[in-house]
Amino acid sequence: MPDAIDTPEDTSLADLPNPAGAHDLLSKFKPLIREREDLLATGVRDPFSIVMTEVKSPTLAVIQGKDTILLGTYNYMGMTFDPDVVAAGKKALDEFGAGTTGSRVLNGTYQGHRECEDALKEFYGTKSAIVFSTGYQANLGVISTLAGKGDYIILDADSHASIYDGCWLGNAEIVRFRHNSVEDLDKRLGRLPKEAGKLVVLEGVYSMFGDIAPLPEMVAVAKKHGAMILCDEAHGMGFFGPNGRGVYEELGCEDDIDFVVGTFSKSVGTVGGFCVSNHPDFEVLRLVCRPYIFTASLPPSVVATAATSIRKLMHAGDKRAHLWKNSKRLHQGLRDLGYTIATETAQSAIIAVMLPDQEAAVGLWQALLEGGLYVNLARPPATPAGTYLLRCSLCAEHSDEQVGQILAIFAAAGRAVGCIA
Amino acid sequence: MTNHDEIFERVAEQIEPFNKKGIDVSNATTFAGDLEWDSLTVMDFVAAIEDEFDILITMNMQAEIETVGQLVDTIAKLRATA
Repeated sequence: MPDAIDTPEDTSLADLPNPAGAHDLLSKFKPLIREREDLLATGVRDPFSIVMTEVKSPTLAVIQGKDTILLGTYNYMGMTFDPDVVAAGKKALDEFGAGTTGSRVLNGTYQGHRECEDALKEFYGTKSAIVFSTGYQANLGVISTLAGKGDYIILDADSHASIYDGCWLGNAEIVRFRHNSVEDLDKRLGRLPKEAGKLVVLEGVYSMFGDIAPLPEMVAVAKKHGAMILCDEAHGMGFFGPNGRGVYEELGCEDDIDFVVGTFSKSVGTVGGFCVSNHPDFEVLRLVCRPYIFTASLPPSVVATAATSIRKLMHAGDKRAHLWKNSKRLHQGLRDLGYTIATETAQSAIIAVMLPDQEAAVGLWQALLEGGLYVNLARPPATPAGTYLLRCSLCAEHSDEQVGQILAIFAAAGRAVGCIA
Repeated sequence: MTNHDEIFERVAEQIEPFNKKGIDVSNATTFAGDLEWDSLTVMDFVAAIEDEFDILITMNMQAEIETVGQLVDTIAKLRATA
């Protein structure tokens, strides 16, 4: 009964003669291939094969020859084109080359990787920081290594695919609780053997609906049952809390979270993942964590851009304020237009517009694109409760004027396809 | 009434709200094939069963359960060891 993975989308071979006859391993994907063909036959663009031919800024790109406002990038703090960040990357590329061609534990740790981990330790105020090649691998590695045979992982039902995959990679017993339900978590923890090792996995911001977790209540329950806690702050880093550490900082849980996992591919503006911790033995993970060991480390230019960006994010109070302003304005504006939003108020920089079915979602998505606005289309099984979403994520670099344009495009497109009156 | 029958009746009761096709439930009924449940329905149903019997059915166990009869056996085993 697995779930929560994005589906691969590629060109159809459904009607060609089957090359492997009855033993074709790809035949199980035929229903998906047909569903996609039926959708494209209605004349809509493929929402999963957009190409940006030019990227002009964190908020503007050229798609099919047309300037398009980007509202689905998770580039929350707009660091991708920050002059200091870009300069650091260029310098590292010149001085250290294009790649490391090696594992972190062999020939793949350069000065830049060390500096990047130092920047993280300073940003989070922790004793240790370990950098992985992607955020996905950070969850995969940390979860599968921490919880071994006989241990229990207790996770929220709406957890990201990387958390589920981290569970399946290890040998622990996996238990899940209803999304954001403190009572459900308490009940399930209470049914576990007292002496067993337990890891509760939470997220600060849940990326589909953009809602945040009631961390203080959940942390109290987890501690009561003797569990360690990992919190994924992929969507919280950069703009929650006085230092931008994440929702757990904003809600005052800093002393109670044992492991914080994060990514460089959102607020930091590049690619990579990490885990920070104050646990005295945390560094042992470098020797036992397979997704850390058996892959090449990040290129020197990437860790240099990440370190520079992280240090700048420590002092980004003004940007955080502007991002909150943008998020609240878009949330209210879309509601005023008559759209249904997944959360009552703007809880994060993710504003998820809920649509009744795939046809409506793809129709509006395409009308927005034609109007010059890109948003993310999300569908089951990646979404909770079988919902179809147009997920908007704001950027601190969206100007007031752009937010006005975004609302105008949503108004025109929604009326054109009949989503709103 | 045997232990299996008693558990079966309580499981069948929990299946009802999710039995959208109104099929007759037996030990041989499969969750994916006969009841046509998706992973979200399974999640809600498992939570209901866990609360009904005050047990935990880990996702590792769930992966092995295909029929109602197998679920009843699992519940019986979990209650015996509790």
